[in-house]
Amino acid sequence: METQLVLEKWAGAIYTLSIGANKEEGGSRGNTVKIGGESSLPLLFKEGNIPNLPAVAFEVWDTPPQDWDEGLVCAYGDVLHDPFAWADKCVREFKAKLLCVRMQGSHPDYGNKGPQEAAKFISTLLSKVNVPLIIIGCGDDAKDNLILPACSEAAKAERCLIGCAIQDNYKTLVASVLADGHNIIAESPIDINIAKQLNILISDMGLSLERIVINPTIGALGYGLEYAYSIMERARLAALSGDKTLASPFICFTGQEAWRTKEAKSGPDHGVIWEVITATSLIQSGADLLVMRHPKAAEKVLAYINTLFKK
Amino acid sequence: MALSGLDIYKLLPKTNCRQCGLATCLAFAMQLAKKTLAIEKCPFISAQARAALEEQALPPIKLITLGSGDAKLEIGNETVMFRHEEKFRNPTALGFIIEDNLSDIEIKKRLERINQLKFERVGQVLEVNLIAINKNTDAKRFLEATELVLKNTALPIMLMSSDLSALKQAAGASRGRKPLLYCATKDNFAQIAPIAKEFQLPLVVVAQDIDGLAFLSKELNALGVNELILDTGAKSVTDKIWDLTQLRRQALKKSNRALGYPSLAIVDKADFYEEAMEATAYISKYAGAVLIRGTEAWEVLAILTLRQNIYTDPQKPLQIEPKLYPVGGASEKSPVLVTTNFSLSYFTVLGEVEASKIPSYILSVDTEGMSVLTAWAAEKFNAESITKSLDKFGVQDVVKHRNLIIPGYVAVLSGDLEEQSGFKVIVGPKEAAGIPAFLKNLN
Repeated sequence: METQLVLEKWAGAIYTLSIGANKEEGGSRGNTVKIGGESSLPLLFKEGNIPNLPAVAFEVWDTPPQDWDEGLVCAYGDVLHDPFAWADKCVREFKAKLLCVRMQGSHPDYGNKGPQEAAKFISTLLSKVNVPLIIIGCGDDAKDNLILPACSEAAKAERCLIGCAIQDNYKTLVASVLADGHNIIAESPIDINIAKQLNILISDMGLSLERIVINPTIGALGYGLEYAYSIMERARLAALSGDKTLASPFICFTGQEAWRTKEAKSGPDHGVIWEVITATSLIQSGADLLVMRHPKAAEKVLAYINTLFKK
Repeated sequence: MALSGLDIYKLLPKTNCRQCGLATCLAFAMQLAKKTLAIEKCPFISAQARAALEEQALPPIKLITLGSGDAKLEIGNETVMFRHEEKFRNPTALGFIIEDNLSDIEIKKRLERINQLKFERVGQVLEVNLIAINKNTDAKRFLEATELVLKNTALPIMLMSSDLSALKQAAGASRGRKPLLYCATKDNFAQIAPIAKEFQLPLVVVAQDIDGLAFLSKELNALGVNELILDTGAKSVTDKIWDLTQLRRQALKKSNRALGYPSLAIVDKADFYEEAMEATAYISKYAGAVLIRGTEAWEVLAILTLRQNIYTDPQKPLQIEPKLYPVGGASEKSPVLVTTNFSLSYFTVLGEVEASKIPSYILSVDTEGMSVLTAWAAEKFNAESITKSLDKFGVQDVVKHRNLIIPGYVAVLSGDLEEQSGFKVIVGPKEAAGIPAFLKNLN
């Protein structure tokens, strides 16, 4: 007796995107990180290729975070006051293969650093660590339009991933990313139509779809995680069915969201498990890149990813 | 797969006799496909056609009841592969394995911990569902442990034993609580079936692959056992997800009756984090029941919260009744904070107001369950709707002052809102977490 398996056949695939450029590629990174490329639903290895493991980036700020929970502060210690030491600790001690730098210090309320200072920070960081970078603005649109082009230029040819472009503010960033050879994060507010629209707008400016990563704006476990979870599933199904305008890998800011929750702040293991489950649940719906905060959470998630992908 | 109107038409007499009240058999078939009329309306339907139509009316995944009385729980009856297609219906049962070779004191302690695993989140109570007793020693100890568990928990139980006489004894002793039996295999199904049948109990079927499961479920059906739960045994997380996905597809896409039952996944990890990651993976991907060992509250809360997220109806955001809620003995001098009637918004604000220990009112505006920014974008949370709520719930009469605190993200509403409501608007923090500090510095 043989039960005939129900197998899905997909016409499409997610674009493969490479973060970081090594010497041969004109950059100076010691490693590169590939994401995307899958032609199957998450973890269903028998129905297509899933060539790249979901990647984990450690979040680092250019200024000491003021409101981070004790659980996070304890995990890093003094280095939080020195961004370069912080980045170095992530790479050396926690074996980070990818860093996500948030230029929080440029925010008008958190230091208001200018473009020159931001650019200098990126240049110095690139000289101190040799892993690829994700560069995130401070969240103030006007300010980001000043500092992100400066950061982009300072990291020219290093093939960073820079964000976030949004529907009302993408042109400046797209122009910089195009000029300096980076990739871009397109952020949409838990909305598949806006995600698609923004991808089209960006590619219309000449930045190919292959260089876009979608930030679907996730909520943490217990805080609307299911909205992004389903948006990601829908987008992934559309992409695998052949819609190239949604065939971008997903980036999920799991650390940022998980550590905002009340649950995360209520005890030593609570925050770690909250971040861990937020991250692994989103892997299930298609996350390709997780930006994480707690080193123990990142360690647990990386080990889990390795078991999932063990052949 | 559901039959289409045309498929059904082929089974009808095609005489257009109008006895059903419709002009043609085709029209009747269309109504049957939409399930707006019952097959009984046709007096000339053949027995064969009736059987085919009744078969298709059965849920593709059988609803299985665990336990009895107040604590009973239903799993199965799922209809979609992805929650956005409609919704996931019956939340995965979360159970705990208890070894019978633990001492009585240890078993009681574990049960005490498990009985306390109850959490309230956004207006819902999150609970664990099942205790599985695993036989390690002899029949006598298994029975003792079972009785001890029965006495110390109201949760449904599951009996795990490959020694069928021990299983039968414990099943007999606990039959009133409708224990779930574990497990039928290719070697013992003919012997275990009579036990399940005699006591009318649901039975877990274990085989390494779905062919094995399909074979066993048919054999057990033939032996009169129809309440089944399927398990493909211990394997890697990835292989397990593949199996669970395949089982769901077999039931939904191929109407494979032999595999149309809920599934069980047992997690066997000593590390709490690994256990939670694996358990939540199975909850997301179709398991009807998941067994774990860890009983730490922080771990179980994370697992249950994920279950709550995945099983939330995507069409119906969790909402609360829009009204003016007093918190902590609020008086006519207490501050008034405005938020939406989306459960998550309201309960997050409530938690922070309670934490501030400052008596306050929370005005929950009817935004049809949308969150602050979504409702603002959809014009459900604006000067008009907030003013309407202020009037409707008589805020002017409840408090003596005329100050209103709005979420920081909708600061732009301030001008219009002041004009329309006559209240002085104070822009609050963007995140609820900032509320305690904000309230403390208010005066």
